[in-house]
Amino acid sequence: MSEKFIGTPRKVTTHVNQNEDLIFEKSSAGKKGYRLAQLDVPTVDAASLLGDAVRTDNLGVMPELSEIEIIRHFTRLSTWNYAIDLGMYPLGSCTMKYNPRINEMVSRIEGLAEAHPYQPESLSQGALGIMKLLSECLIEITGMDAITLQPAAGAHGEFTGILCVRAYHTANGNPRKKIIVPDSAHGTNPATAAVCGYQVANLKSNALGMVDLEELERMVDEDTAALMLTNPSTIGVFESEIHKIADILHAKGALLYMDGANMNALCGKTRPGDFGVDVMHLNLHKTFSTPHGGGGPGSGPVAVKKILEPFLPTPIVKTNADGSLGLDYNRPQTVGRVRAWYGNFGMFIRALAYILANGPDGLRQTTEDAVLNANYIRSQLEGTFELPYKTRSLHEVVFSDKLQAKNGVKTGDMGKRLIDYGFHAYTVSFPLVVQGAMMIEPTESESREELDLLVDALKQIAREAEENPELVQNAPHTTRLQRLDETTAARKPILRWKAPVAATQLTPDTAAKEW
Amino acid sequence: MRYLPKSPADRTEMLEAIGVASIEDLFETIPAEYRLTEDLKIPRQHGESEVLDRFRAFAGNIASGDPAKLASAPASKLYASFLGAGAYRHYKPVIIDSLVQRGEFLTSYTPYQPEIAQGTLQAMFEFQTMVCELTGMEIANASMYDGSTGAAESVMMAVRVTGRNAAVVARTVHPEYREVLKTTTQHQGIPATEVGYDAATGRVDLKALDAAITDDTACVLIQSPNFFGTIEDVAAIAEIAHKKGALLIVSIAEAVSLGIVKAPVEADIVSLEAQSFGVSVGYGGPYCGVIACKEKFLRQMPGRLVGETKDKNGKRGFVLTLSTREQHIRREKATSNICTNQALVALMVTIFLTVYGKQGLKELAEQNLAKAVYLRGALKAAGASTKFEGTPSFHEFVLTSKEAAEALNAKLLGKQIIGGLALSKWYPELGENATLWCATELTTKVQMDAAAAVVGAK
Repeated sequence: MSEKFIGTPRKVTTHVNQNEDLIFEKSSAGKKGYRLAQLDVPTVDAASLLGDAVRTDNLGVMPELSEIEIIRHFTRLSTWNYAIDLGMYPLGSCTMKYNPRINEMVSRIEGLAEAHPYQPESLSQGALGIMKLLSECLIEITGMDAITLQPAAGAHGEFTGILCVRAYHTANGNPRKKIIVPDSAHGTNPATAAVCGYQVANLKSNALGMVDLEELERMVDEDTAALMLTNPSTIGVFESEIHKIADILHAKGALLYMDGANMNALCGKTRPGDFGVDVMHLNLHKTFSTPHGGGGPGSGPVAVKKILEPFLPTPIVKTNADGSLGLDYNRPQTVGRVRAWYGNFGMFIRALAYILANGPDGLRQTTEDAVLNANYIRSQLEGTFELPYKTRSLHEVVFSDKLQAKNGVKTGDMGKRLIDYGFHAYTVSFPLVVQGAMMIEPTESESREELDLLVDALKQIAREAEENPELVQNAPHTTRLQRLDETTAARKPILRWKAPVAATQLTPDTAAKEW
Repeated sequence: MRYLPKSPADRTEMLEAIGVASIEDLFETIPAEYRLTEDLKIPRQHGESEVLDRFRAFAGNIASGDPAKLASAPASKLYASFLGAGAYRHYKPVIIDSLVQRGEFLTSYTPYQPEIAQGTLQAMFEFQTMVCELTGMEIANASMYDGSTGAAESVMMAVRVTGRNAAVVARTVHPEYREVLKTTTQHQGIPATEVGYDAATGRVDLKALDAAITDDTACVLIQSPNFFGTIEDVAAIAEIAHKKGALLIVSIAEAVSLGIVKAPVEADIVSLEAQSFGVSVGYGGPYCGVIACKEKFLRQMPGRLVGETKDKNGKRGFVLTLSTREQHIRREKATSNICTNQALVALMVTIFLTVYGKQGLKELAEQNLAKAVYLRGALKAAGASTKFEGTPSFHEFVLTSKEAAEALNAKLLGKQIIGGLALSKWYPELGENATLWCATELTTKVQMDAAAAVVGAK
């Protein structure tokens, strides 16, 4: 490395690195990691029972290993991941908060984990009770009137919500033609509008990064089905004129859809239902602490006002005349089913456990701490990095790389350098309305000490960008792997492992070694 | 609040550092009229032991979750269950939960920073490879929400690939999958024609299928083993579809069948529900869908993909790739609006497949087959009859009992047995007495004999 400036932030250390082959390269014929229970019925001859349908190949590359080897393989792989449990994950718009372990434990209680979705309702009262209580809590938190828990993730919730919008307009005469999406929106919003058969009309943000009311008023007409708005916006700012936005839409019969991705800024402090929102989705894997798990599973309930309730997916939980709970499939105006059964039930358990652990006071304190943390980071780093929008931040703050870019150091480089200092990168280059965006969402889960470590690291990086830009441009330096060639990966895709020599059992000598 | 790492002094000092007098100042952009002035009306803050008690009560089937009621109610009973129908109870090796609860897997984000996400990325690459091997396809994505949404996405993918606009769907595909397909495609101008089944075999009616396919048919969607547990003649269906230029999509709801049932190699796209591979039935989710297909359809496949590459020092590594198909780049022109996948569940599947491996998957499937053969025999001996005899099936079959499903299941429930799934709701032609029964390696002879005794009781 260069002899120029190298920072020494307090969190910096060396990552633990272990090399580990692919599972297929570690396999040896005849090893076993299982033993089935003894069969208590007569054996059968599959070939004679299945005829031509019987499988005759030997399952080619499927691995054969013992239990300890399997444990070591996946444990070693796990050590290559960064995680919330290791430190701060300042990914803006992702809400990487602590995932409480009690959530995991209660989701695995046998009576819940082993409940079959078609078991009789009389045996499902507890499962339905969870869905009912969670629904009631989420309706209260959002200030809406009704909810479906069925959507499997946020984007799936958007899809469901916009289907309800479409069904509503159709019931009122015609489905209308377009959905307005601000240019600051997440890419799922326009993609959702398109799969629901709508044209997408892009709304430019004003100089403050907010909805331009005059422009909106000009765009909204009798063909407008809805505006899909993220509030707080993707720059972490509350749309203070939200009620005017709702009024403009409602005057033309259009609806206000709220992307609830940033609900962690509002929970317990204000309710979308009170400020004019007609339909919104929640991300249980953001605001309500269900784990991201490397990219899923999520859960994306959709809450609506009374006017949209008839259109919610089927079934929904109902209370029978005798007070017991049941599933209501008799919903003539429903948009239909968006997923088999009732949704990602395991995530409902976790989200409800989180809500119970917090209570109303805990949820409010959580939101306040999340906003406090973001504003603290903003106060400590303003000046070090350019702050393109000066409006008061809520749960996240968006800087830009403008000051560093003049030395050739971009937001992506600084994000990678943060990895060397023991953090995950912030969100890079999003939202698109900010050139060179650096989007930081600390969440409530960070102590002041951890925030100071991040501030310390980012200040060092800013200094490096001045004095030793190539150090930042080539980061990360301390990881097991350095920057990966994504261009070749896309141009010549290798999407599965293939044995290097066909039909030859691999040994450590014949396996393709890269280390 | 125990999850919040702040002392009161921290909060005061941080407000000072920010330069505001109170926390309310930070919320000044929210108009005062919309700011809550009282507590949300939700249950009060619970201690950890109280949370646990409450969920134990829910698990004990107390709708209110009130643990006091659990104490006075009879202890929750263990029921033998013969339900399958897309949600299958198989043994889940203990190490799956040990490994997926490692914080490094559980609490990591989508691997957008590959240098510090190689664990998830390599495991997903292994997942893709195993799915290809099992399904006989050339490529597989790193998971979809579940089998129902995966099947719908496969149909939309076939429309993009062929430039045709219609779908032909077998009535033997899971009824809820068909409902999801209808909801998903309703505003995209993709009419779906349903094709019935042969009353004798329970398989797709090939003549009706041939007649239903037109020049505008993008794909034929079937399920095998189908909803009745019968294995479809995939090769014959593929020939009919391909002759008319349509793609064949095979949906597989019971992944364990792949250990003993021939892979649907004649298909163009396979939509797999991998729940059976180590994922709890869990009242319907989360599960794990996957789309696998021929390599030539790569650019039209939705969902995340992990690809192999090298780092700048030439070391092998893995990255998310071909994201130019996805919504965060393509916005309204994306192949799908899907963003989140089922990464942690896909990891569970990968570990399950590693535990059973090449020999275990076959042995496991054989045990399932043997149990179903025994169950079928026992119920027939008790006086019921089964449909679609003589057609190959895996571990599910349709039973016609002497009494209506509702009456039979009530009797079984009295003996702590959950009987087969009543079918008349979706297949009225099968009558009120038709139920779908499933046996897996976890179904014991004692349970099957007990069920047969109830079925045979006068």
